[in-house]
Amino acid sequence: MKWKASDMTPSVTWKDLTPGCNIFEGGTSETVETGDWRTMKPVLDMEKCKQCLLCAPVCPDMSIPVVDGKRGDFNYFFCKGCGICANVCPFGAIEMVKDEK
Amino acid sequence: MGIRERLSGNEAIAFAMKQINPDVMGAFPITPSTEIPQYFSTYVDNGQVDTEFIPVESEHSAMSTCIGAQAAGCRAISATSSCGLSYMTEMLYVAASDRLPITLAVSCRALSGPININNDHSDAMSVRDAGWLMLFAETNQEAYDNYLQAMRIGEAVSLPIMICQDGFITSHAIENIELVEDEKVKAFVGEYKPEHALLGKENPMAVGAYATPVYYMEAKRAQAQAMMDAKDVIKKVGAEFAAMTGRSYDLIEKYEMDDAEEALIIIGSSAGTAKEAIRELRAQGKKVGLIKIRSFRPFPADEIAEALKNVKAFAAMDKDDSFNAHCGPIYAEVCAALYAKGIFAPKGIDYIYGLGGRDVRVESIQHVYAELEKIAASGETGETYRYLDVRE
Repeated sequence: MKWKASDMTPSVTWKDLTPGCNIFEGGTSETVETGDWRTMKPVLDMEKCKQCLLCAPVCPDMSIPVVDGKRGDFNYFFCKGCGICANVCPFGAIEMVKDEK
Repeated sequence: MGIRERLSGNEAIAFAMKQINPDVMGAFPITPSTEIPQYFSTYVDNGQVDTEFIPVESEHSAMSTCIGAQAAGCRAISATSSCGLSYMTEMLYVAASDRLPITLAVSCRALSGPININNDHSDAMSVRDAGWLMLFAETNQEAYDNYLQAMRIGEAVSLPIMICQDGFITSHAIENIELVEDEKVKAFVGEYKPEHALLGKENPMAVGAYATPVYYMEAKRAQAQAMMDAKDVIKKVGAEFAAMTGRSYDLIEKYEMDDAEEALIIIGSSAGTAKEAIRELRAQGKKVGLIKIRSFRPFPADEIAEALKNVKAFAAMDKDDSFNAHCGPIYAEVCAALYAKGIFAPKGIDYIYGLGGRDVRVESIQHVYAELEKIAASGETGETYRYLDVRE
């Protein structure tokens, strides 16, 4: 029996799935990939980005990491491609493109 | 030696609850199970149990209360009947798929309409696919005994369990009963110590997950396995209970089946009526027998097929109709069991009987055996979908 949320991947068998799909640890949103059903993804053009940080607070997940007052590149592990960041960017620095897997 | 008493089926269930002293009861009253939470709330008020009694505004909430409490690591119980059970249906599925071993006492009653408060099995049968273990009692004694075994069974396979009896027929009729001493009950049922529970910050957990199509079928396959595993658990707990009380329990009970040529398959209190019919017919030299289903979920398919393989004719007795223009649920499952085992010799018919409290008399059952005798002699089954004791 596997118990970690990170073990609950699409290859897990019914014998290894936890009873009732229960998860026996906390803070599992950090370990579970929730960006895998995205169809569009945001791409950042660092040349155009002015680090105004309007995008970071509107992200509904944790896909725009901010360190020392500056945003970094997207964390696609969580990004669902909703496009809100691209919509609020005043400088056209974020482009939504089709996500090819 | 146990304690001699005389109790109604509802009283017996409430008394078993008192002896077990569970942690939480969420309940809403509905005839004919109302007395169970009523008697039990008296025990709560008298301080005879430590149970947190939560009077809720509906059966949907009663089952939701049980789900929350059981997930928190408590033993949770409820009781209901008829439309109350129907109203719980959504949460019954959640309890089973969350793998929470809640115990629910059901005093079976017809579903409306026409509006009717009397006994049949249409309530319990309508939730037969919810994923609950389901034990049925013939007598008050069996209802009590099944309840004492319920938590051991449910907790062993992490599935919720329904302890069903016939509304009014056993729930309100007072019978002699032998109770087990308190300390023996406590030792037999034991403490509930789940490996994981919501309470306690040391081991955090999440209950009630969302499963995408990638996971849902694996979750259901695991649930199906728990139901299969429950067959052995029910037998094992039944044997242990027999060692303690002298009253043995299995998945099915066979009555006069060794040389039977005609047999009934039946659930609940009418098994007692059928046994009396058999005694009279046996005295006339008729080779008639009975299979009483105690465990409807899991369904004892192999055991029933094995017990029926040598009979000439059988009748499945359904106290419920599936309204499929074909047959009731017991007939469907018995026939599937026989077909899967490659047993094709016995001729089988289905009787829908006892709906909405229609009296089931010894003569009613003897009529069924007379029909089976004709089928056995002629080899002609005739109409397989029949109604018993209905005015033509």
